[in-house]
Amino acid sequence: MPKKILHIVESAYRATIEEQDDTVLWFTHAMKGAGADVSVLLRGNAVNYAVEGQDASGLSFGARKQTQPPRLDADVAKLASKGVEVFYIAEDAQARGLQATDLIGGPKSLAKNELPGLLARFDLVFHW
Amino acid sequence: MSTKKHLAFLLMDAPYEQARTTTGLRLIDLALKKGHDVTVFCYEGAVALAFAKQAPHANAVHGRDVEQEDHPNPKDWIAALVKLAAEKGSKLTWIQCGLCVDERGVGEAVQGTVRGSPADFLKAVETADNTLVIPTQ
Amino acid sequence: MRGYLLIESRDSFEGTSHFFDLARSLAHEAKEGPVTLFLVENGVLPARRCYASEQLAALAKDGVEILADEFSLRERAIGRERLIPEVKAVALDAALDLLVEGRKALWH
Repeated sequence: MPKKILHIVESAYRATIEEQDDTVLWFTHAMKGAGADVSVLLRGNAVNYAVEGQDASGLSFGARKQTQPPRLDADVAKLASKGVEVFYIAEDAQARGLQATDLIGGPKSLAKNELPGLLARFDLVFHW
Repeated sequence: MSTKKHLAFLLMDAPYEQARTTTGLRLIDLALKKGHDVTVFCYEGAVALAFAKQAPHANAVHGRDVEQEDHPNPKDWIAALVKLAAEKGSKLTWIQCGLCVDERGVGEAVQGTVRGSPADFLKAVETADNTLVIPTQ
Repeated sequence: MRGYLLIESRDSFEGTSHFFDLARSLAHEAKEGPVTLFLVENGVLPARRCYASEQLAALAKDGVEILADEFSLRERAIGRERLIPEVKAVALDAALDLLVEGRKALWH
């Protein structure tokens, strides 16, 4: 039985333009593809990754245009479509003025006081 | 019953940027000294820790020449950890995330490191007794 | 019951309250085992008696064991006599031992 792993993603928009994605979400995709039993919890600023309509397109440096800007909401949605359970902390979303209608479908809201119960479900918890 | 364990670590920070690198290496050093097997997966900037072309420098502000400054390059710390593992009969597996290496152009790494992927990190996680991810900020 | 090892490398002057809140809530749950907050690097700064120490003292009252890396303390000239009583200075070996013991380990 593979170990059950929870990725808590807190760091947000760090080098996402250079990498053209979020490297922790990318890592999660790669691990899932390799057979990991992995789930994701978005907290802090990373709750914004679930917001629909993020647009980082249009950058250029000199004549060098960025043709593949990050599409973080799509990356989160793709995780969910691959069977990765995605949660976000309700209070962090609320603190940032987010309502459920701002978010893509799929990620599940979790109250802070439900965290111990969530963490107890996993063999390993990686805090990113 | 053997008390030897297998611990896995993931490092993310580039050299000379964060104190986390030093603490991570301290934990790895301690684990090896205690005879445990260790797998390290270097992700993102941490792949530069083992870059073979790091070079020490003098320090004019401190008034020290190269020799006096004895400036540590992380690649030397890693080489020392590889040596320590051999001396202790421990297994140190140092894996560099290949795509991270490519995008940073740090393909030349010190001996004792191997190229890998997130699948290799997962393998280590599944076989290790415990895993610690040291994230960047 | 595996318990938890929460490694705090950032000081609470920068805003770590969610990690402290997590430690508190895990300790309250109790059924998952003991919870240790291990302070390293700038995470040791609030261990020197100051206004920010109150958060640590409150955590200890809530059942969280608080350890601080001796090297990080010495590096910042935080003598043991300046530590709040709720924080115990230890060698980094203690964190490694908790990892070896199998605590679920999170780093902040």
